Amino acid sequence: MTTESAENTATTPVLHWVRLPFERIGQGVIDLFVEVGHLTLLAAGGMAWSFRRPFRPTLLLQQCEYIGVGSLPIVLLTGLFAGLVFALQSSIAFAKFNAESLVGATVVISLARELGPVLTGLMVTGRAGSAIATELGTMRVTEQIDALESMAVSPIQYLVVPRVVALIFVMPMLTLLFNYVGFLGAFIVSVYQAGINEGTFMGRIYQVVDIVDLLGGLFKSACFGGVIGLVACYRGMNASGGSRGVGVAATRTVVSCSVSILVLDYFLTTLLLMVFE
Amino acid sequence: MSDVETETRAPPAPDGLETMPDGLVIRAQGIHKRFGDNHVLRGISIDFPKGTTTVILGGSGSGKSVLMKHLIGLLKPDEGRVLVEGINISQLSGTALTKARMKFGMVFQWAALFDSMSVGDNVAFPLREHHRELSEKEIAERVAEKLALFGLEGTEAKFPADLSGGMRKRVGLARAIVLEPEIVLYDEPTTGLDPITTEYVDEMILRAKEKLQVTSVVISHDIGSAFNIADSIAFLYEGKIVEHKPPSELRHSEHPELKKFLSTWFGRN
Ligand SMILES: Nc1ncnc2c1ncn2[C@@H]1O[C@H](COP(=O)(O)OP(=O)(O)O)[C@@H](O)[C@H]1O
Ligand SMILES: [Mg+2]
Repeated sequence: MTTESAENTATTPVLHWVRLPFERIGQGVIDLFVEVGHLTLLAAGGMAWSFRRPFRPTLLLQQCEYIGVGSLPIVLLTGLFAGLVFALQSSIAFAKFNAESLVGATVVISLARELGPVLTGLMVTGRAGSAIATELGTMRVTEQIDALESMAVSPIQYLVVPRVVALIFVMPMLTLLFNYVGFLGAFIVSVYQAGINEGTFMGRIYQVVDIVDLLGGLFKSACFGGVIGLVACYRGMNASGGSRGVGVAATRTVVSCSVSILVLDYFLTTLLLMVFE
Repeated sequence: MSDVETETRAPPAPDGLETMPDGLVIRAQGIHKRFGDNHVLRGISIDFPKGTTTVILGGSGSGKSVLMKHLIGLLKPDEGRVLVEGINISQLSGTALTKARMKFGMVFQWAALFDSMSVGDNVAFPLREHHRELSEKEIAERVAEKLALFGLEGTEAKFPADLSGGMRKRVGLARAIVLEPEIVLYDEPTTGLDPITTEYVDEMILRAKEKLQVTSVVISHDIGSAFNIADSIAFLYEGKIVEHKPPSELRHSEHPELKKFLSTWFGRN
């Protein structure tokens, strides 16, 4: 409904084009801080409401099922192919140093620490994040969220908390499955395609991989789950402008979540390295 | 007006309640609301006495729905405040706001049914949320009773997407009154309904007032039914309430825009 585009018509064209990039960047930075502020508020509201009665276990289970089962096929598929192709590439590269025995350990560590959490996060963003934004966005523009509030039910408690908590629970589980099928893919390629000895492959994994690698990755994926849930709910709850607005909310959810996951990954990895190494 | 001024300056009572004149349920004071550059409400003050029906008239886009959403705290005013039985609903949040809304039922302009739920679950929703002591059988009975009121017997299993606009609206009416609230806000309850259902809704508003002392606020375009049900009619124009009178006096209003509005119904004479 705002008419931002009509600004600056008074300035000369040259000055306008000089100022424009700075204004855009400045506005972008301001918007970013405003949105991070709103997300923090939503997270705080969610925390407060999740400890208030009535608790809603049924809604939580429904969301776990919806998000988990819905995302499962694509997570398994991407996990399998990530493992296949990563093992293929590393077996070729490692062969140059006669280090093929390390392929399994390399793939498993990479899956557990990075590929599993990040790729699962991106897949869940595309599948569940956009679906949540669309659902809540539709509820917003058709006044269903207003109706919920008018019936003295908090939309934060009824809609946001079950979705965010479900994502925090389900993401590590999906990541674990991703890791597992990724490992299977790597095993198949290494043993049957690259001809690496099965015992060497497994032995090196036992030798090199630590449970902390896995747990650290699962911790990161739980954090990604929380971010996906909060961003998707925030975008959906604040959708405006009819069905077009709902589409915008879904698209922006996918973009913001993907970027946030990659940025957050760097910081969480730094944190984990500080704590465990 | 002078006693209104002293009231606003008086410190709030220890329990957070503010004093309101006897017999008032809702009082809006100096409400301003902007959406970006769009200054929709420009200083609205209006009182709603207990057990009365107030009809709000106004052109489309004049801010009637926005005003109504302020009464139940769905929107917060940029300036001014809304008192509901002494509670400043414009400042509440969290559980306090949720609790204050228990007094209300609201019918939305486009029904706003939950489209993930069946008709029965929609109407049962407020019961399941706020009357956890009721058994499923009791809930089903009350739902059937309320649906029957609007000629919707046996539609429990249908989904909102399968209903006509008029039927959705009637489900919305059933859902709004299932808890038998003391204040009911109707946003164009009869727009798009057939004349018989329209008359029925009018009768229901009248009966609820007589039997249960329900306070009703009704947004309507139907001037005929407005004159039937209203104790007073308010006319919203350019963000302000420019007239607020009993129907009999309103007919003779000199406000040019209101005259135009009324002439569509009564003819120009
Ligand atoms: N949530 C909102 N965001 C931005 N503008 C809004 C919003 N709700 C209403 N408006 C604007 O406020 C004005 C009044 O709307 P409304 O109260 O729905 O009119 P009506 O009197 O027909 O019910 C319109 O110009 C509308 O575009
Ligand atoms: Mg309206």
